[in-house]
Amino acid sequence: MSMMTEDIGCSLQRMTAMLRRHWYLLSGSWTRIVELIYWPAVQMIMWGFLTQFLAGKTSYVAQAFGVFIAGMMLWDSMFRVQLGVAISFLEEMWSRNLGNLFVSPLRPGEFAVSVLLMGLIRTLVGMIPVSLMAWWFFDFSLYSMGLALAGFFFSLTMFGWAIGIAVCGLIMRHGLGAESAAWGAMFLILPVAAVYYPVAVLPVWLQPVAWAMPPAYVFEGMRALLVDGVLRHDLLIGAFALNALYLALGFIAFLTLFESARRRGLLLGQGE
Amino acid sequence: MTEQPAIAVTGLAKTYGQADSQVQAVAGIDFTVPKGSVTALLGGNGAGKTTTIAMLLGLLKPSAGSIRILDTDMLRDRHRILPRLNFSSPYVDLPHRLTVRQNLMVFAGLYAVKAAADRIATLARELDFAALLDRPAGALSAGQKTRVALAKALINQPDMLLLDEPTASLDPDTADWVRSLLEKYRAERGTTILLASHNMGEVERLCDQVLMMKQGRIVDRGTAPELISRYGRQNLEEVFLDIARGQGKAAEQKVPA
Repeated sequence: MSMMTEDIGCSLQRMTAMLRRHWYLLSGSWTRIVELIYWPAVQMIMWGFLTQFLAGKTSYVAQAFGVFIAGMMLWDSMFRVQLGVAISFLEEMWSRNLGNLFVSPLRPGEFAVSVLLMGLIRTLVGMIPVSLMAWWFFDFSLYSMGLALAGFFFSLTMFGWAIGIAVCGLIMRHGLGAESAAWGAMFLILPVAAVYYPVAVLPVWLQPVAWAMPPAYVFEGMRALLVDGVLRHDLLIGAFALNALYLALGFIAFLTLFESARRRGLLLGQGE
Repeated sequence: MTEQPAIAVTGLAKTYGQADSQVQAVAGIDFTVPKGSVTALLGGNGAGKTTTIAMLLGLLKPSAGSIRILDTDMLRDRHRILPRLNFSSPYVDLPHRLTVRQNLMVFAGLYAVKAAADRIATLARELDFAALLDRPAGALSAGQKTRVALAKALINQPDMLLLDEPTASLDPDTADWVRSLLEKYRAERGTTILLASHNMGEVERLCDQVLMMKQGRIVDRGTAPELISRYGRQNLEEVFLDIARGQGKAAEQKVPA
């Protein structure tokens, strides 16, 4: 544990240097920026048309037009945060840069915080234009949820961070063979995240699993707001409490796997 | 009072794998490196040179032993001493899509280099790569990459440099240029340098001390002239071959084959 304490550290200058490294990469590549917008935009358009179709068929959708589009955009935000964290880490592995970074004064904890922030930045670069497109194409504004949107978004960001940083540890420990976890990990919880349907739809035995996941609280809260016009503070508080736990576990997993990678000599020479 | 060595390694060992399939990469080595000296780790492939350097840098956790660098316990307080070290290795790279200047700006930030732009301009002038500053690191030739990697290694004006095969895959002219640069840098700053190399001429020219490694052990040590004389050979390459093949004086001294 003392080793972990030493590994955490906190230098704003070093974290800024890491953010600068990733910003150089992102801002210098229009294909990377287009990719950040492309996939969520395609999904949003597809869900938008589906919602328009269903609105004419069911009173539920007609009553709360944006419930699917909002669900899709919030889910995709969480997925993009997790993916952004993992990709920022993978960029270091692909460029065989981990050795350079970890013989510098950069501490693993600072490295972790910098990739978390990059995950958030990448998500905002992608999702803000997509949310504006939803407004333009389907006359649905995610921002109509007001301050609650910030609560939902930040709660999902925290969970995306937790899964993302744990995935980084996994890839560091098991090498690029575990790379697919970066794209697949989040979808493991999609069925129980209650993005498009309430937790009550799930089999009784599966419902406790859903309530152990912060996204279920957020999406139930989102439906309560969009369908019933009620802001459920209890759900938001539940989500944040669980997120704090998952984020702490994610960090512990990352630092533990980092130490394991150090024991096994995996920091030097990993790459394509 | 005698001066503390820059590096003091005691009983350093690294074993990989489980009990039934263990591989001993480094088998309990002891050595010291005096401050301001240049020391070479010399040995064939798999001798344990890179593993030793990785342990000294904190990239690899030893199975046993202790490492003190610049009076600091590396295993306990490595973050305290890392700002005063730097390294270069063919096993790591700088991000290819960033320009040379961007890469160096990032590392200047990580090492808290003041007036980073000026420092980069100075390095570019000294290492003769000013024309490459705005080129992507991935578009450089092997020789240009070596210059830039050295610039990264010198960006924080380190008190100690650890170099893994600093002239590997370079043409003789560029390799000679790198050696001259290292000699000049050491003379100007009194930097301690530990390098792993396969190049005997380089070691003879640069190093005050040679540690001969084989199968994870230090099998002999001394200055290059001492080793050449001890083995009754003409140059360090012949000594290396004797030790690698377990022939000549190496066989008499029971250096493991």
